[in-house]
Amino acid sequence: MIDRKDVEHVARLTRLHLTEAELERMREQLNSILAHLDTLRLVDTTGVEPTSHAVDVVNVMREDVEEPCFSQDAMLANAPDRSGELFRVPRIIEE
Amino acid sequence: MMHRPIHELTDAYRRGDLTPTAAAESYLARIAALDQRVGAYLTVVRDDALAAAVESERRWRAGTPLGPLDGAPLALKDVLCTRGVRTTCGSKILEKFVPPYDATVVERLRAAGAVVLGKTNLDEFAMGSSTEHSAFHPTRNPWDLTRVPGGSSGGSSAAVAGGLAAGAFGTDTGGSIRQPAAFCGVVGMKPTYGRVSRYGVIALASSLDQVGPFAQDVEDTALLLAAIAGHDRRDSTSIAAPVPDYMAELSKGVEGLTLGLPDEYFIDGMDPEIERAVREAIEVLRGLGARIERVSLPTTRHALAAYYIILPAEASSNLARYDGVKYGLRVAGRDLIDMESRTRAAGFGAEVKRRIMLGTYALSAGYYDAYYGKAQSVRTLVRREFAAAFAKVDLIVAPTTPNVAFRHGEKEDPLSMYLNDVFTIPGNLSGIPGVSVPCGFSGAGLPIGLQILGRPLDEARVLRAAYAYEKATAWRTRQPELV
Repeated sequence: MIDRKDVEHVARLTRLHLTEAELERMREQLNSILAHLDTLRLVDTTGVEPTSHAVDVVNVMREDVEEPCFSQDAMLANAPDRSGELFRVPRIIEE
Repeated sequence: MMHRPIHELTDAYRRGDLTPTAAAESYLARIAALDQRVGAYLTVVRDDALAAAVESERRWRAGTPLGPLDGAPLALKDVLCTRGVRTTCGSKILEKFVPPYDATVVERLRAAGAVVLGKTNLDEFAMGSSTEHSAFHPTRNPWDLTRVPGGSSGGSSAAVAGGLAAGAFGTDTGGSIRQPAAFCGVVGMKPTYGRVSRYGVIALASSLDQVGPFAQDVEDTALLLAAIAGHDRRDSTSIAAPVPDYMAELSKGVEGLTLGLPDEYFIDGMDPEIERAVREAIEVLRGLGARIERVSLPTTRHALAAYYIILPAEASSNLARYDGVKYGLRVAGRDLIDMESRTRAAGFGAEVKRRIMLGTYALSAGYYDAYYGKAQSVRTLVRREFAAAFAKVDLIVAPTTPNVAFRHGEKEDPLSMYLNDVFTIPGNLSGIPGVSVPCGFSGAGLPIGLQILGRPLDEARVLRAAYAYEKATAWRTRQPELV
């Protein structure tokens, strides 16, 4: 069972501001979904390797060749806030 | 003209009976007249479409078309990045996002001369099975506007079913092409994972996502797949295997093929109308010379649970990029973390938040092995069972969905919505190709889909069986009346 503190912890990890009512509803819904997902415990997976990926390719390499890339302007065009050539964000480090 | 397949449109272009401009204008006029009721599109690019149609017309006139898709009026699910055209993913957080580049799939379609009509609706970030949960508006099923078109690629399936595009593209992570194709009575195909580049496809679950076509018939499906399939050096998970000539394989029939019927897909309590339609379809295939054999895929009943750990885990990681810094919505906050948390709270809908929370929890310290690790091992079992079945049979045939299109608002509980994908999810977990082809109607006149699954990279045989079945039946002649 997930309790209220777990929900708050996960919301903080994933950077999601949830209201009191949303935290409570999330706790209920996650518990109900997890109760269903817990049926996985019934499957015997002793000695079964995990599959992360359906294609058997590992570490695909290519030649490191220089080529044109997007301009700074193109990359900044969608930014909610910018300062010259930079993305602008609220202050991170206290003064 | 609106329910004519692409190959008939281009035949008419070749003969000079129809021009790409006239075709594009008809589709745009029909969208303007009818899409308010269907809600298939989020963005219509009228001017771009007409400009592309004029170019196509010039090529057909000069006798130099770029191929069988030149002048084909198509719609794209709004997860495929389109240069200069906003790409929203059905989310408020990307409402104003204008990509600086085309997805590889879009680039290839443009190079083939396709005319892009617009971007289609979806459940936000492709999380859903009904296209009710777009942040902008719901999409309705052209067969019955009170019902859902399926999802998450419901805008694309509704566009093709409603004659609002000649063909369309979607993405299938747990059934998001095959299920809406079944609900809307069109053909929809999920290729093998890695067959089609994911470059420029806004990611949901990177180990499961795959782009594929919606079409009026199987021949168009083959044409559309051929245009997008093949290795792309910009997607390191795309497979460097040659793409066969799907059209050349199409009419080889099913004689001598062995089709597997998985016990676990014909379950107690399944919709009797679906069971009857699918069993009749199997008899049609038997009549065409296919051998039918029972197979067993016992881990099927655990596939859904494994999927609903793997998908949220990968999605929570992929969606971490929406932080109000580089693109998308920003809501002010007192510091960086507060800004990010408020941006994500305002920008994501309820289902997206739920899956991000679930995925983050499943990946968090102390739970990783119990959930994510376990789910990945169950995935191995699902893959092994398919491999064992495909050692005995060439293809697997089954229903696409456990029920026909449901009513708007009918599945409010998240779990009951998840159960809709129970027959399509195993194909994603194992990476194999699958198609849904119309195989009948319920008593209420709603379409039913037959699912055909194949070995990895064996799309040609999947299409071949679907083509043989389609040619032997007349379901395609029935179209919804949207007037």
